This record gives sequence, C-alpha cells and structure tokens, in this order.
Amino acid sequence: MTDATQDLPLPAERPPTPSAGIVSWLRVNLFNSIGNTLLTLVAAWFLAMTIPRLVRWAVIDAIWHADSGRACRGDGACWAFIGEKLRFILFGRFPYAEQWRPLFVVLIFIGLILASCDRRIWGRRLVLLWLVGLALVGVLMWGGILGMSYVETDLWNGLPLTLILAVVGMALAFPLAILLALGRRSQLPAVRAICVAYIELIRGVPLITVLFMASVMLPLFLPTGMTIDKLLRAQIAFILFAAAYLAEVVRGGLQAIPKGQIEAADALGLGYWQRTRLIVLPQALALVIPPLVNTFIGTFKDTSLVIVIGLFDLLGTANAALTDANWRGFFAEAYVFIAAIYFSFCFFMSRYSQMLEREFNKGGRR
Amino acid sequence: MASPSTDSIPRPARPPFWRNPAVRGVFYQLLFIAVVVAVGGFLVHNTLVNLGRQNIATGFGFLHREASFAIGESLIAYAPSDTYARAFLVGLINTLYVAVLGIVLATVLGTVIGIARLSRNWLVAKLTLVYVETFRNIPLALQLLFWWTFLREGAPSPRQAWRPLPGVFVSDRGLEFPLPQSNPAHLWIFLAFVVGLAGAVAVSGWARRRQMATGVQFPSGWVGLALIVGLPLLVFLTAGTPLAFDWPALKGFNFAGGGSVSPEFAALLFGLTIYTASFIAEIVRAGILSVSWGQSEAASALGLRPGLTMRLVVLPQALRVIIPPITSQYLNLTKNSSLAVIIGYPDLVSIANTTMNQTGQAVEGIALIMAVYLAISLTIALSMNLYNRAVALVER
Repeated sequence: MTDATQDLPLPAERPPTPSAGIVSWLRVNLFNSIGNTLLTLVAAWFLAMTIPRLVRWAVIDAIWHADSGRACRGDGACWAFIGEKLRFILFGRFPYAEQWRPLFVVLIFIGLILASCDRRIWGRRLVLLWLVGLALVGVLMWGGILGMSYVETDLWNGLPLTLILAVVGMALAFPLAILLALGRRSQLPAVRAICVAYIELIRGVPLITVLFMASVMLPLFLPTGMTIDKLLRAQIAFILFAAAYLAEVVRGGLQAIPKGQIEAADALGLGYWQRTRLIVLPQALALVIPPLVNTFIGTFKDTSLVIVIGLFDLLGTANAALTDANWRGFFAEAYVFIAAIYFSFCFFMSRYSQMLEREFNKGGRR
Repeated sequence: MASPSTDSIPRPARPPFWRNPAVRGVFYQLLFIAVVVAVGGFLVHNTLVNLGRQNIATGFGFLHREASFAIGESLIAYAPSDTYARAFLVGLINTLYVAVLGIVLATVLGTVIGIARLSRNWLVAKLTLVYVETFRNIPLALQLLFWWTFLREGAPSPRQAWRPLPGVFVSDRGLEFPLPQSNPAHLWIFLAFVVGLAGAVAVSGWARRRQMATGVQFPSGWVGLALIVGLPLLVFLTAGTPLAFDWPALKGFNFAGGGSVSPEFAALLFGLTIYTASFIAEIVRAGILSVSWGQSEAASALGLRPGLTMRLVVLPQALRVIIPPITSQYLNLTKNSSLAVIIGYPDLVSIANTTMNQTGQAVEGIALIMAVYLAISLTIALSMNLYNRAVALVER
C-alpha cells in the first residue's frame, strides 16, 4: 500500500523553446526538422549561386553611360543601351518632337486604371471618366486639331499601342460579352446554339489564328474598294477574342444569381430586358469583378502577340531597337526592361484583384 | 349570401397572338437566324468576289501540290518535294510533340512548386512565391523570345559549349545529350516491365479483395514496386547489362552522335513549361488549401498516419478542385504552343503561315488550323471530363 502512494520524482521537463528572437525564428521557420534543414541549405546554395552574379551583372559591373555599343562591352549589363533607346522602346516611330503626346496617353491610362481601383467612384461617374479619358487619348494620338500634327496609326507604337489594344479591346468586348452570356443562358434554342458555337469556337483556337484571320481575312470580307486599317484589324481581333472569354466570366456571375431573384422580378411584372437590366446584371457583374480583372491581365499580356501581324507594340519596338547595327547584342537588357514594365502593370492588377476578392468574401466568412 | 356566379365575372379575353411568349420566341429566333445568315452571306459573298478578282482558286486542292519549302525539324520523313498535306502533318506532329512534353513537364514542375508554396520552410515558400509571381506576370511571347535569343546569341559556339552535366552540351546550336544505343535486349526489358506492371495490378486487386473479405492487410505496394522494378532489372542483369551510350562529341564545327534538340525547340519547351507551371502551382496550392483542416484532424483521430491521410483523405478531395482549372491550363499550353511562329519552330501555325504566303490560300489555311486546334481542344476537354467524372463527388 505504502509504495503505491509513494511520490516518485518526475524527470525534469525540457524548457519550452523560446518563441521570440532571431535564433528561435530561424529554428522554427528554417531548421525545425532534418528535412527542412536540408531544404533550407539547398535553397540557400541556390541563392548564393544566383544572387551575387545577378547583382554583379545588373549593378556592380553595369555600364551606365556609353556613346556606342562598342564602348559598352563588358561583363555587366549595358544600361546605356536602354538610356539610348528609351524613347524608341516606349513610343517607337511616333514623331520625335511630338512624343509628349503618347507620354500623356500613357499617363492618362495609368490615371484611369488607378481611378478605377477606388470603389467609391464605381458607377456612372467612372463610365463618364473613362469616356472623357478615351476621347482625350484619341485626340492626343491622332492629333490634327489644336495645332497638333496628324499622326497615322502606323506610327502608334510601343507602350501606348499595348495599352490601347488591351483597354479598348476589353471596353468594347464587354457589351458583346454580356449579350453572348445572356444568349448562352437564353430559353430560345437557336439563340443559345449560336452563342455557344461562337464562344466555344473562339475559346478553342489560339489567339494567333484569330489575329491571322483578322489581318488576312478581314480585308476579304469587306466589299471591294473598302480598306481597313492594320491597327483596327488587330483591335477587332482582340475584341472578338476577349468577348468569348469575358462571356464565360459573365456567365459565371449569371449562374450565381438565385432563381428567387428572377421569380420575384417576374412577379413584379418586369419584362425580360427590365429584369435583366435592373435585377440580374447589377448583382451578377458585381460578383465577377475579380475574374474580370484577371481576364484583363490576360488580355494585356496577349497584346504582345501582335508582332506576328507586323504591329510594333512594346515587344515589337524592343525587338526593333535590337536591330540597330551600332548597338548589337543587348537583348538581355532590352527584354529585362520591358519585362519590368509588363510585370509592374500585371503584378499591380493581380494584387488588386486578390484584395477585392478578400473584401468580397468578408461578408461570407464568419 | 349567394356566392357570385362564375358567369358574372367576364372571362379575360385571350391575349392577342403577338403577346404569346411561345410565338414571340419563335419570331425572335427566326429574326436572329435571319440576321446571322444575312451577315454571314454578305461576308461570304464579298470574300468570293474579292478572291475571284485576285484570281485565287478556292478549295483544298492545293494540299496535293508540291510544298517546295524545307522544314527545320521533323519527326517523320519530309522533303521539299513532298505535298503541302504532308507539310501540314509535320507541323501537326511537331505541335503535338511539344504540347505533350510540355503538359507532362509543367504538371510535374507545377505540382512540386505548388506544394513548396505551402512549405513551412520560410525560405522555400518565399522563393517559390517569387517564381510564381515573376513568370505569371510576364507575357509568354516575351519569355520565349528571351530564351530563344539567349540560346542563339548568349550561348557560346560548339567549341566553348557549356557542360552543365557530363555529356550534355549547351551551345548556340541547341542542346546535345547522350542517348542509349539500341540493343535487342531492350525489347525484352520493356516486356518484363509490362509483365511487372500487370503483376502489380493483379496483386493489388487480390490484396484489396482479401482485405475486404478477411481484414488481413498485405503490403501490395512494396510487392508491386518490386515487380515493376525488379523484373526489368533481372532481365537487364541476365542480358549482361547492355547499356552503352552514344555520346555527343565535337566533330569539326558541330556535334556528332547522341541526341540533340534545336534552340527553337528547347526555348519553346522550356518557356511553355515554366510559364504554365506557375499557373498550375497556384491551382495545386488552392486545391490543397480547399480541403478543410478538420478532414486531416478527423483522419488522425481515426488513426491514419500522415502519408495515408494525404493519400486517402486530402488528395482525393483536392483533385476534385484541381482537375477543372488544370484542364484549361492544358488547353492553354496547347494553344500557346502556336507562339512557336515567333521564334521559328515549325509548328502547325508557322507551316500554315508559310503555306498561306506561298499559295495565297488564306481562308483554307486558317480554316485548317482552326479545325485542328478545335479537334485537339475538344479531345483534351473530353478526356479530362471523363477523368473528372471518375474523381467527382457522387451526390444523392
């Protein structure tokens, strides 16, 4: 009896691992098991192999000022090439003295995109703002009034072209996409069949074929004697292509509207278009704003394909800059530079869409 | 209080026929079809008139004419004296070749990166985050041009070729690697592999049935592995280890022997793989995160070990979320392989482009490409839908 109640001293427990300070952070996040330690070492070795080389190439050994390509050869990057070609890469063959105009166009686009991120002005005011902005873009690019010289669309190159193709393409594809999505959900079999056929046909083929079609077949489609601008052809291709993808996004929103909403609208005596305009679309479109932003990012990246039909967007002007006989072989600098431009636009927009998604999900999460 | 007789209430007049929804539906559809047919007819009429004016014959007769252009790389025998039809076939095979390899590689790389994104190792999680954000946010066309120019201009000549691994050379002529020399014993090794595979399937089926009936477990996984690896290994050893490699070696100004891929193909495959892998990684990550933590806890409470929890509880549920978006990534990769035209890899689109420039048969050429891509897209979508049905949740 006695030995059963006898107190046996327990072995002393190890103190808990400290949870503050750099060392403990390292232990918890990098070295908490053998496997993790190995992973950390591999990752650290990879970084040690790449980062110093990159820094040496891009900063330490880089040449920032040079008069010609020959003076710029070295172990590092030749940023003097970007300095020399900056205006050509950004604006292409737009008349040199007038390049403040495309610069303003780019700033207007950035301003419009930033303004659209502010949810307080969503609605009629934003649409108005965009209309004014796009009109201003047209005036600045074409010119011909207010003492600005007329510039034909062949000379619209570089970043403004990329932005115009993406933004105008999305803006004009949007109404078409809504009609297509409504058609796909329609009760009328013939309308539904034609809309499904269009959407699936466009989504099933690569953008390049749509661009080829627009550049080769659009002139054939028109009555004899009518010609069509190259830029307009590419723009039409983008509108037709983006509309099919947007239609699927909008359809996702339409399908998420509960049937009760539609029945309630019917009970109020609203007709199909009243019901769609006042009840269904406002709710459906609000739901799909994050995927809409993602589609826009896709369209923005896809504009780089117009080089196959001979338009000089940002990628096209960078390629053209590389053909200068005085500055040969600086492809890494040129591509890294425009990659940084594409990246900043896309990264900003994707972060914004993720933020919106979190905001929208707040109500649903308890 | 007599209830009002039904006769006293005037029966509402039948609405006029143009207010009948069914009649209106038919009318609207006829109108819509008429508009579509009219627009289509107008375009076709213009096209025929324009083609007639330019003296371009319509129809696919040109496919039987001699192509008379060379194709840089081909998996089947092709010479410029062959027909356009055969040139198209070469392009189609090249497209499928790069697409299938790209899908396999991107799936493997994307899954690894997606899982690494969720790693509790801070460094690994951040590194993979940087990978995903970088490659996802830069246009694929730019990435392809970068890799291609890098191989063409940045890489050294064959004499100073880089050697990342012994026997592997990277130069401005492309990538050279050793190939195993063919040997009659390889057929037997392959047969042994097939037999081992069949045996493993049979053993696992038998083990499952026995476990269902008696509850006794059998290590069918290890036995299966032993069969699949062991049988070919046994044949390999008894045949006297017939493994000789054909090493690439510098002969004059270029390499001879071994296998090689062109800079175009290497750049296209590499670019497509790392671009698509960054999207697949996010899909895999979202799929794993979508399985609620309670599922894993419940599995632990039932006594399942972590490996089994992953295999039996988490993965089947994650796959359900992963399959549909990954299908559209496979479709995207296949369609994006048409960007080959930018860097000059002879895929279907770039061969059709050459053909259209030579013959002027633009309508037929584009119709042909569209038909082929539609067929590929539908095939991938159909097979992935079948697979999706196999893993989908069976509800009431």
